[in-house]
Amino acid sequence: MIELVLPALLVGLLLTAIAGPLGCFVVWGRMAYFGDTLAHSALLGIALGFLFDLNLSIGVIAVSSSIALALTVLQGQRFIASDTLLGIMAHGTLALGLVLVSLMETVRVDLLGLLFGDLLATSYSDLLWVGGLVVFIAVTLYFIWTPLLNIAVNQELAQAEGTPVGLVRLLFMLLLASVVAIGMKVVGALLITAILIIPAAAARKLAHTPERMAMIASAVGMGAVVCGLGLSWQANTPAGPSIVLCASLAFLVIFVFARRKDA
Amino acid sequence: MTQEFLSQDTLVSLHDVGLDFKSRQVLNQISFNVHRREILTVIGPNGAGKSCLLKVILGLYQPTRGECKRAPGLKIGYMPQKLTVDASLPLSVERFLTLANNGNTGPVDNVLQRVGARSLRHSAVQSLSGGEFQRVLLARALLREPDLLVLDEPAQGVDLQGQQALYHLLAQLRDEQDFAILMVSHDLHFVMAQTDQVLCLNQHVCCSGTAESVSKHPEYLNLFTNNEVDDIAIYTHNHDHHHDLHGHVVEEHTHSEGGCKHD
Repeated sequence: MIELVLPALLVGLLLTAIAGPLGCFVVWGRMAYFGDTLAHSALLGIALGFLFDLNLSIGVIAVSSSIALALTVLQGQRFIASDTLLGIMAHGTLALGLVLVSLMETVRVDLLGLLFGDLLATSYSDLLWVGGLVVFIAVTLYFIWTPLLNIAVNQELAQAEGTPVGLVRLLFMLLLASVVAIGMKVVGALLITAILIIPAAAARKLAHTPERMAMIASAVGMGAVVCGLGLSWQANTPAGPSIVLCASLAFLVIFVFARRKDA
Repeated sequence: MTQEFLSQDTLVSLHDVGLDFKSRQVLNQISFNVHRREILTVIGPNGAGKSCLLKVILGLYQPTRGECKRAPGLKIGYMPQKLTVDASLPLSVERFLTLANNGNTGPVDNVLQRVGARSLRHSAVQSLSGGEFQRVLLARALLREPDLLVLDEPAQGVDLQGQQALYHLLAQLRDEQDFAILMVSHDLHFVMAQTDQVLCLNQHVCCSGTAESVSKHPEYLNLFTNNEVDDIAIYTHNHDHHHDLHGHVVEEHTHSEGGCKHD
């Protein structure tokens, strides 16, 4: 029995372990909606992956990274506020992805799986690429941790002190796009942002250093994966939403009962 | 403090610098040098482009015209006017400081004591008052062992007493650590007494020169009951032109462009 859920469990744990620290940066930088836009555009990545017969995860990473770049460029303009711009990009790319997927006659796509994840269909070969990607993200994050933290504190000060802001932000967006690609598998396009920001938000009250907050966020997320898969197994509920529900409950409990620790 | 790039005395050199935003001229024809150990104060009305000038020198903005040269390897300590750290980021003063010097906690105690903020070492940065955060920002700039300290309106929101104390501290620090100071002030008449050069800015350099010491002005001396006036000086403007309501130079002599001779 356990062999059936083991790859799903491991992929879920890998995702939430790395989503903890990345999600903290999303929360610190008030980038929740930005993450949402990357996640929604992932569906377009899947569609293009099918269309050009590419590896789907590479399609997702490529499209999400391009969207991130386009947003960075477009946020320089003054005509439309950036939240409006993010909304247009998020839903425009999501709609385009949905239309393209429905137009494809050769492949039958499980739309619900794309939107809400299909974790239980995870195989051991998925585990391999997810593991590789998580190692890549973790190593890169280790090397850009301090400059990234400096940018989160204040971008202008960081830049004046010589932090290569453009390069570090670019790498961070690439990491975020990679997490989105893994998240597509686990929780689907609509719930990826939840996996990034809910554990991070839950960890805030329990942490007094940035690193502690990142670790607690990982722990909360991993706990949510175990509980969510348990719930899914017992009650036959969809795995992705079950995990996000457990994370939300954890946030609620911590928010209500924990006493705030300040630095 | 003796580094070979300081052998020539010029730290920053601006030559004919101009800056446009959306075809609006913010800075025009600005030329001056910042020398080693020099204290330079930039004054000017609101909207004169003072902060933009600082950002050009810090390398945050590229000049549209002319050039801004920095001595190779120049280390700049920057103290922004104010800085807010997102409440979701758990950060102590100590951690905030060591983000600027690769996590070296060794000199933290010393530098905090120097700026009179030793008791704040373990406080959360979000819990600091404006004045406290300002001292912490100065400490962070000092930790970088700068050749040039750049301060954006350090006296804003501080009362006269606090301003004197700050100027006194800056003068002491300059004598101890041999850095140059470039600061911006919105106050048109009071500058730090040790200021070697005052630059009056209103998109271009209106006038520049040395500050006369307060002690030479008996009428201003009468304003003070004790001897704490040594840290503030009066700058007497010596303009050869006037500005209209929009800040444009009113043509009243034969110079065609800029219409301004400054020395």
